[in-house]
Amino acid sequence: MAGDKVARTGNEAMAEAMRQINPDVVAAYPITPATEVAQLFSQFVADGKVDTEFVTVESEHSAMSACIGASAGGARAMTATASQGLALMNEMLHIASGLRLPIVMPEVNRALSAPINIHGDHSDTMASKDTGWIQINCENSQEAYDSIIQAVKICEHPDVLLPAMVSDDGFIISHCMEVIHMLSDDEAKKFIGEYKPERFLLDVDRPYTLGALDLQDYYFEHKRQEIEAMNKASKVIVEVGKEFGKKFGREYGLFEEYRMDGAELVILVMGSTAGTTKTVVRELRKNGIKAGLLKLRIFRPFPFKELSDALRGAKALAVMDRSDAFNSFGGPLFEDVRSSLYDLEKKPLITNYIYGLGGRDIGLDAIKGVYDDLKKMTETGKVEQVVNYLGVRE
Amino acid sequence: MAELLEIRWHGRGGQGAKTVALLFGEAALATGKYIQAFPEYGPERMGAPVQSFNRLCDDEITRHCQVTSPKIVVVLDETLIGQVDVTEGLQEDGSIIVNTTLSPGEMKDKLGLKSQKVYTVNASKIATECIKLDKPNTPMMGALVKVSDFLKLDGVIRDTEHKLKKKFAHKPEVIGGNLDSIKRAYEEVRGE
Repeated sequence: MAGDKVARTGNEAMAEAMRQINPDVVAAYPITPATEVAQLFSQFVADGKVDTEFVTVESEHSAMSACIGASAGGARAMTATASQGLALMNEMLHIASGLRLPIVMPEVNRALSAPINIHGDHSDTMASKDTGWIQINCENSQEAYDSIIQAVKICEHPDVLLPAMVSDDGFIISHCMEVIHMLSDDEAKKFIGEYKPERFLLDVDRPYTLGALDLQDYYFEHKRQEIEAMNKASKVIVEVGKEFGKKFGREYGLFEEYRMDGAELVILVMGSTAGTTKTVVRELRKNGIKAGLLKLRIFRPFPFKELSDALRGAKALAVMDRSDAFNSFGGPLFEDVRSSLYDLEKKPLITNYIYGLGGRDIGLDAIKGVYDDLKKMTETGKVEQVVNYLGVRE
Repeated sequence: MAELLEIRWHGRGGQGAKTVALLFGEAALATGKYIQAFPEYGPERMGAPVQSFNRLCDDEITRHCQVTSPKIVVVLDETLIGQVDVTEGLQEDGSIIVNTTLSPGEMKDKLGLKSQKVYTVNASKIATECIKLDKPNTPMMGALVKVSDFLKLDGVIRDTEHKLKKKFAHKPEVIGGNLDSIKRAYEEVRGE
């Protein structure tokens, strides 16, 4: 395995990835639990370890606006945020993707107010799922570090030219120190390569207009191209994940299939809970129970086809959402997974668990309980309760 | 150690419960173990009860849930006893190490423990003498190294020295005292 084995928190890992990327511009505003990412990066700037123009702005809306301006000008631009910060950026998120600007943003998942809470859940990124951003969800610090580096290459690919947010779970990962393998600075630099945008506003030899009024005559065509870019991103994400694996020994795809060989009882989940679920799956497998885990990494673009193929053999499936969609029919992950399976002739029994809102702990027993429920479903052939709330007092 | 070792630290805001979990985790990493170190985040302020945690294992640690049944509990401040349930979830064959002037037997009675092992050390006295400050976290790490019998003392000293040199580049005078306090607590911790 390439690189040094070091102890880093999720936030430190994200900041190190940014240091190695050495972006031209970083504009950021502090917000718990992502504050450290920009804070540590600002130290790298002060210590002369990067060449970045660091812009301290007055809000996340401004942070994203500054990144958009910088990226449109031809710079590699980054910011980092969480929760309310991401929500405040929302208007500008659409502009970054609509202008096809390959901005990469480390994001630390945190619950949205109200009630005010600083801990990890996925309501923030789920509220941004339809903004035209690629969304990469990470199980741990290692994946966050690796994925930020990969995201630069994915976003800047000529078939893609879309922004990406790379998320890990607030506090659970962002403030947990664990062992990661880092690339050398040189390896990281070579992997992402030099940024050579095809068009940019500071290109005085080829001036062009960006962000012009686009009414009934062409808006639709531009949006259609953006949609197509998102469709094509899947292929690029897989290619970049494979290349990363070949070079550094850690391959990445759209999702990870963990003990899915012959798995009949399957949990589908994103983020740190996937790691806890792996521990449970190992124990269940030891006892002869055919449990498996499908850890979704890429939520946007959503891998409809690939997921339905991977889930073909499952008898019962629990989709675990760390946020709710307030649609009276389960979480946002559940919506998309259930929809993916619609065309399968033989579908698994499918159920949804909303868990861990506001950082509520989800332990081994709770996950084991979900597998017990799945087993019961296969025995009765029925889904008793489609949407379940796990670990809440009712 | 194929088995996972889980440790819970109790302290008060300002005593370094978070820092010591990080230091201990890094010292374990230096010996090739997989580790986790994380604090419990709440509305903590100086003097308020705080907790932090370590996980150590030969294999990769994938779980990211809370530590609910630790094998070892370390209490940096004995005034927490009675205010916080420091023995909550402690494994039947687990150990607890307390910074106190009491003997292990007296502390065992105070905690009302039966099967678990109780260790005591006057870490505040050691810290006051070695570091000139009542920061009991580094001496308690020395006591933990002895009790857990998982890391070698000289390896921990080496790694901690390296870490402290970075952390206290502007205050090098505290480094020697911290290292001495680890060694002394390692020697002075007593168990029953």
